[in-house]
Amino acid sequence: MDEEPMTVGYNLETKPLNAEQKDIMRMSRHSLSPLFLLANKSLNQSPAGHPLRNLVSPARESDEAPGVSADTILALWLRRIFFLIFVGATTLSFGIASALATEPLVSDPMADKTPTVSVPAQVVQIDAQIKAVWDAYQLTPSRDATNSEWCRRVFLDLIGRIPSIDEVEQFLDDKGATRKQALVNRLLYDDAYTEEFARNWTTIWSNLLIGRTGGNANGSMINRDGMLKYLRDSFARGKPYDQFAHELISASGSTAPGTENFNGATNYLIDKVNQEKGSQATASTSRIFLGLQVQCTQCHNHPFNDWKQKKYWEMNAFFRQSRARSAGMQSGMGTVATLDDVNFRGENGNNLDEAEIYYEMRNGLVAAAWPVFVDGTEVEKSGDISVINRRTKFADLTVASPFFAKAIVNRTWAHFLGYGFTSPIDDLGPHNIPTHPSLLEYLAGEFRDSEFNYRQLLQWIVLSKPYALSSRQNRTNKTDDPLLGESPRFSHFYLRQMQAEQLYESLLVTTGGAQKTASWEEQERIKNRWLQQFNRAFGNDEGGEATNFNGSIPQVLMMFNSEMIRAATGVNQGSLVAEVAGSAMSAKQMVEAIFMAGLSRKPSRDELALAKSLVNANNGDLAKGLSDLWWVILNTNEFILVH
Amino acid sequence: MNFKTPRGMNRRHFISHLAGASAFVGSAMAMGRTLEANARTLTKNRKAAILLWMGGGPSSIDLWDLKPGSNTGGPFRPIATNGDMEICEHLPMMAKHMDKASIVRCMSTREADHTRGRYYMHTGYVPNPNVIHPSLGAVVAHQLGTERPELEIPAFVSVGGDSEGPGFLGMAYSPFSVNSSGRIRNLNLGISPDRVSSRIEALRLMETGFINQNRGIAAAEHAKVVGKTVSLMSSAQMDAFKVEQEPSGVRERYGDTNFGRGCLLARRLAEAGVPFVEVNLGGWDNHQNIFNTLQNQKLPELDRGMSALFEDLAQREMLDDTAVIWMGEFGRTPQINGNTGRDHWARSWSVVAGGAGMTPGVAIGQTNEDGTRIEGQTYSSEDLMATVCKSLGIDLETTFTSTSGRPMKIANSGKLIKGLI
Repeated sequence: MDEEPMTVGYNLETKPLNAEQKDIMRMSRHSLSPLFLLANKSLNQSPAGHPLRNLVSPARESDEAPGVSADTILALWLRRIFFLIFVGATTLSFGIASALATEPLVSDPMADKTPTVSVPAQVVQIDAQIKAVWDAYQLTPSRDATNSEWCRRVFLDLIGRIPSIDEVEQFLDDKGATRKQALVNRLLYDDAYTEEFARNWTTIWSNLLIGRTGGNANGSMINRDGMLKYLRDSFARGKPYDQFAHELISASGSTAPGTENFNGATNYLIDKVNQEKGSQATASTSRIFLGLQVQCTQCHNHPFNDWKQKKYWEMNAFFRQSRARSAGMQSGMGTVATLDDVNFRGENGNNLDEAEIYYEMRNGLVAAAWPVFVDGTEVEKSGDISVINRRTKFADLTVASPFFAKAIVNRTWAHFLGYGFTSPIDDLGPHNIPTHPSLLEYLAGEFRDSEFNYRQLLQWIVLSKPYALSSRQNRTNKTDDPLLGESPRFSHFYLRQMQAEQLYESLLVTTGGAQKTASWEEQERIKNRWLQQFNRAFGNDEGGEATNFNGSIPQVLMMFNSEMIRAATGVNQGSLVAEVAGSAMSAKQMVEAIFMAGLSRKPSRDELALAKSLVNANNGDLAKGLSDLWWVILNTNEFILVH
Repeated sequence: MNFKTPRGMNRRHFISHLAGASAFVGSAMAMGRTLEANARTLTKNRKAAILLWMGGGPSSIDLWDLKPGSNTGGPFRPIATNGDMEICEHLPMMAKHMDKASIVRCMSTREADHTRGRYYMHTGYVPNPNVIHPSLGAVVAHQLGTERPELEIPAFVSVGGDSEGPGFLGMAYSPFSVNSSGRIRNLNLGISPDRVSSRIEALRLMETGFINQNRGIAAAEHAKVVGKTVSLMSSAQMDAFKVEQEPSGVRERYGDTNFGRGCLLARRLAEAGVPFVEVNLGGWDNHQNIFNTLQNQKLPELDRGMSALFEDLAQREMLDDTAVIWMGEFGRTPQINGNTGRDHWARSWSVVAGGAGMTPGVAIGQTNEDGTRIEGQTYSSEDLMATVCKSLGIDLETTFTSTSGRPMKIANSGKLIKGLI
């Protein structure tokens, strides 16, 4: 028993992988998903299987390890299932098992028919507190979203793409009372989705930490591959969020994969510590991990609250031992740089014991500052790293701060619900009262108690009532719309546009594009190159950037005419259109398939008629007609808006 | 085939069939017509504004309000101009056109943070979590663009940068971002006009269906932008973006730089009836090594492009109708820091404005001898915005209703800059 590998599910979070486990992980990420093989096998045996079952694979086909046959993968997968059952049966007192005990989750996707899954207590609390606000404002919440709407939403938000036809149908066919929990658990914990889950959250966090343009500019020390590798590993392994944040804030080592002392986490701060006395490091770290906007106090006292200019510089003093050094471009590795902490002798250059910094007050006088955390905690004034590593200390204080859990809860809530409890989401300062203060506190406390288990936080929010609501407004809740300048009450789902990355991944699922054969890193580079058409860095010391993938004309032009859309709507072999047109389906089924692929729902009667007219307008060329229909679907507001 | 064609069904029937069901079909039909490419000229109100946006916060103390001899002055010397003021020695070409523009040397704006300053200088409002204000470009596009139904290309174009958004005015007034070459990606559908029409008509029907489900503003906004895109794709006015059609002499005059081409593109667009163009020149966040950077990189590029624009507009008799504004998010500290740089400074700085009837050739307001303070009257973003709106003939009593139902006066009730208008 002891030799049995602890491979899957929650255990990933606490135990390093052994060689065989890594092998399994690697295969499930890089080859055809074993789950999908299984699913296909059974479908293929069933004569009544959907004719489109082979059309859309949930996993990306990529550099399949040579010599590993599907049978081998299947065998490994089966071993894993047996093991899962074993784990489930004994509920090991292992690491995270305490969390499991209070919160039974379906650990085996094959066993989700048994309705043993209760709704987590946190979900009950969210629902109650959200409802209290509806009641207070006399809002009647919208009805629940349809099952296919909910399913599409969950796929987009958790793994960053729309569901395939198979995936929607699998969910719709499941009539069990716990099917929502089962789907969420599958996306969060099933190895078949580990790759895509990690990819989605890698995208979200790299956009936050280094921006979409980070590492692309000349002179940038960021090694994008290194940043992505770090994030991907962290999310695939379910690293606790406090450890994740601590690593990012305190990282030292080399930025580039393949170099000595490689530590991808260094890429977060590598471009931020040298500039302007580390002002970006101070501002970003406070904003991202604590939800505190200290940057405007750099030059003057805070306009809205009692934070003083001094506070900014005291926070800034934590980053003054840090040095980024560029080693330039190196062949095969891209930009290489190192982030380290060195003795800081104060700004006057000879005060190691009390290494001070200076700042100019608005009255023109100059004052000195030493590291003091935002809550007033003072640390040693020494600049000697053998006495105190100021950045590590800052990381310690950050993860212990009550703002730490609140900031991530608020950010995560906004990811799923479209708006946070404060606006902007990364400003939790005393002047900015949250819309649901006690819920924010509660979730922050629960998240801390879960030992910062990020997947659990995701699960609580995704299973909550407000996330389940339709985006259709009713008469009482039309005014509940932040676009109207109102605070969000979450009485209906707020429309929001897909991110460019979500569009890209969604199209990939339905296209059979050539990108699928590339390695993970290369896939990400191809995607990043494609994204650059939308992104622009402002080139200032705040690292600001903008995207015009924001519902503007260039975006619509891209959706109309770009090579990517031409490929997606093409009629070449392997494309959605070719598969549908070449199948034995009836006309109605074909139209339904196109609707399901793009909108995760069947067409209405009117839409069916419209689709038929569209197809007929091509003088009987079926493939052309279906291609037109697919183009129309991809260009609709319904497709691009998460609803 | 699988689809049974009703007897007599062809494309024409298809469209007329749709016409019964769609309010949009008029413009969809227009698409078909304009595909035949009938160029039209614009005759009405020719007013336009060109904003030269200096991203990063340009050091106006080194360009337009020099302090030679003071400890904040830096190494640059002032030179005489053909206007009634001196400017930096490294802007010699501009010095010959300062009879066409004026300097406002008494800007005082409070926002010394890039994101906030950028927002404030574009909108006239400080950032507010509950409402997103429209930028000057969106306001002008809204006010002047809607008076120009013959305009088939976007009324707000941003060259080499993204400007700020339309806020509560909606995505239909958002900046259309292009690079300085004017090349626009993805313009061509590559399929027959018939197929284009039927696709677009079906799309409009689908969009309408979703809009009617009461899911919020975004659904209708998307359809509006689709409409604008369709109109642009088929328009002969798109030729205005083709900078390469200019004679080589003209292109040389503007300079073979992104900013130079951007200025030339702005002139072409204004000529074609686009009421607002923003041209971006970044790289002004000079916390270190500022004087080298200015002298060898920023100022030569700026000098050539900006002077060419004024000269060209004047020669084409467009300057009386075209406001040109030069500004960034703030100025830079009079004090020179330890890295031979200047930091962010919003308390006392300068902008340049000219054309569209604004008084040329003068310097308005003044700073003290080391540039750290304004002496006398100060002006702010909303004042500049009000002044520009006035010069374009936009009524300053115009009040917008934001999506929240809150009334908002155009340009945040700014006051006119005395001496400029």
